[in-house]
Amino acid sequence: MSHDAGGDTTGEIAGDVAASLGRRPLPLPDNVSAPYWEAAARGEVLYQECPACGYRQFYPRALCTACAAEPEWRPASGRGTVHTFTVIRQNWAEPFRDLAPYVVAVVELEEGPRMMTNVTGCAPEDVHIGMPVEAYTIAVEDGLGVPFWRPAPTD
Amino acid sequence: MDPRTPVIVGIGLSDGPVATHLDAVQHHVVALRRALEDSGVRKADIDGYCCAGAGKSTSDPDDLAPMAEYLGIEHRWLDGTMVGGSSFEFFAQHAAAAIRDGQCDTVLMTYGSDLLSRQGRTLGSKGHFGRSSRVPGPAQYEAPYGNVLIGAYAMAAQRHMHEYGTTPEQLAEIAVAVREHAALNPDALYRDPITVDDVVSSRMIADPLHKLDCCVISDGGGAVIMTTAERARDLRQPPAFVLGTGGAQTHWQISEMPDFTATGAAAAGAEAFRQARVTPADIDTVQLYDSFTITVLLLLEDLGFCPKGEGGRFVASGALRLGGKLPLNTDGGGLSCTHPGMRGIFLLIEAVRQLRGQAGPAQVPGASLALACGSGGWLSCIGTTILGRDAP
Repeated sequence: MSHDAGGDTTGEIAGDVAASLGRRPLPLPDNVSAPYWEAAARGEVLYQECPACGYRQFYPRALCTACAAEPEWRPASGRGTVHTFTVIRQNWAEPFRDLAPYVVAVVELEEGPRMMTNVTGCAPEDVHIGMPVEAYTIAVEDGLGVPFWRPAPTD
Repeated sequence: MDPRTPVIVGIGLSDGPVATHLDAVQHHVVALRRALEDSGVRKADIDGYCCAGAGKSTSDPDDLAPMAEYLGIEHRWLDGTMVGGSSFEFFAQHAAAAIRDGQCDTVLMTYGSDLLSRQGRTLGSKGHFGRSSRVPGPAQYEAPYGNVLIGAYAMAAQRHMHEYGTTPEQLAEIAVAVREHAALNPDALYRDPITVDDVVSSRMIADPLHKLDCCVISDGGGAVIMTTAERARDLRQPPAFVLGTGGAQTHWQISEMPDFTATGAAAAGAEAFRQARVTPADIDTVQLYDSFTITVLLLLEDLGFCPKGEGGRFVASGALRLGGKLPLNTDGGGLSCTHPGMRGIFLLIEAVRQLRGQAGPAQVPGASLALACGSGGWLSCIGTTILGRDAP
C-alpha cells in the first residue's frame, strides 16, 4: 500500500502519521461518504451545506439535519481552530499503541462544522483550545485520502 | 393515588465485582432469582421484560428476544432500547408508562456482564476497531484517528476546564467521595481510602483524565422488578415510587457533541423533576453515572444541583460525601465498586436500597427522594429517574 502525500506533509510527526495510516482502521466509503474521501485523496476537505436553509454540517449525511433537504458539498478553506482535544497516552490497539502520546482533537472549521482529527506537527504539550490549525490530507489509495490538521503557520 | 402508580418492588445483584464462575447469561439469572426472592413476586407474574447488552461478552443469547426465551418470560410488553449504559433509566421511563397505561402489570429488567473475567481491563483504552479494518457508517469519520473511550470524556473535561476554570483537583474530589463510600461496601472492588493528591498524581491516561478519574472494570449483573402500587401491597418490600422519568439525546459519537460542557441531563432532568413535582433541593441522594469523574460533574450541573460551570466548586465543598448535602453513589459507584460495561441498572438498585433504609453503613438518614441518572454512549443519551419512599 502506498502512502503518497497529498499537500505538504513535511515534518517528522506528519511523517509518522503517513507511515501508520495503512495500518489504522480506515473508512469504508459508501454512497454518501465516497465524495468526501475522494476529495481528501485530491488534497481537499469537504463539508456539507443545505441549499434550502443554509445549515452547514459535518459529518456528511443524506439529509440536512436541520430541515431534511438534500445537502450539497462545499470545499472547506482548510483553516480552523482546536475546539477541544486530548492527549491519548494509552491505547492498546495497534498501530496506535506505538504512536502514543498523540493528540485527538475536535477541530472547528472556519465555516462552522466540527470534525475529529489528529493534530500533528507539534508536540502534544503545545496544543491548546483555540489554537489555529490548518488541514492537510494523506492519500491512502485511489479514492481514499484522510484529512489531518497541524498548527497554522504564523504570519 | 392511582392504584396503577408504578413502583419498584424487587431488586437483585448477582455476584461481583469479580465472578469468574459466572458467564454473562448466568449474571442475568442470578440477579433475577435474587430480585424475585427480594420482592416475593412469582416469576409467572412477570408480563413485561426489558434488557440491553444481553450476554454481550458471551456468544449466546446475544439480544433481547433470545434472552426473554432463555429466561422463560412470557411477555406482552417488551423493550430493548439500547443507548449504552443509561438504557436502564430509559427502561424505567418506558416501563413506568406501560404499567400506568395497563399494557402490562409487572416488568422485569435484567443485566449481566462478565466483562472483567472475559476481556480484562481494556474497554476504555483499546479503541473500537481492529487494525487495518474498514469501518462503515458514521464511525468512519472517527475511526482513523485513534480515539478511545476515555479520550471522548477527556475532551469534554478539557473544554469544561477551558470555559469554567474547573481544576483536576475538583474532579478528583468526586473520585475521593465515591471511594469513601466504597470503603463501606464489602463488595466494592476498591475500598482503600484515596486522596485528591492520589488521584491527580495517578498516571495520565488521556489528558486531563488520570487513571483514578476512570471507573473500574468488573463483572456484575442486576435485576429490577416494577409493578403497580396496588400489587405492591401484597409483596415483601416497601415500594419505591417512580415519581418522574426523563430521557434525552444530544448526539451519539463524541465528535457530534453540540456543547462539550453540557449533556441531555438538562432536558431529561427537567422532565423528571416536572413529573415528580420536586426540585433538586428536595433530593436526598443521587446515584449518578460515574464512568469518569467528568461525567458526574456534567450531570450535577445539567440536573440543576448547581449552576452551569459551578460544578467544580460544588463538588469541592464536600457535598457528595455521606453527611454532605447530596451523598453520591453510596455503593461505591463505577469509580470504585462495579462497572461491568453498562452501569445504569446499579443506579436504580442503590437508589431503591436507600429509600428502603437498607443501605447499611452507607445509609443516608431518612432518605425519601433519590435520583438516578445514567449516561449512555459518549455523554450522548441521558436517562433520569426520580424515586420516592412515600406515595405521591
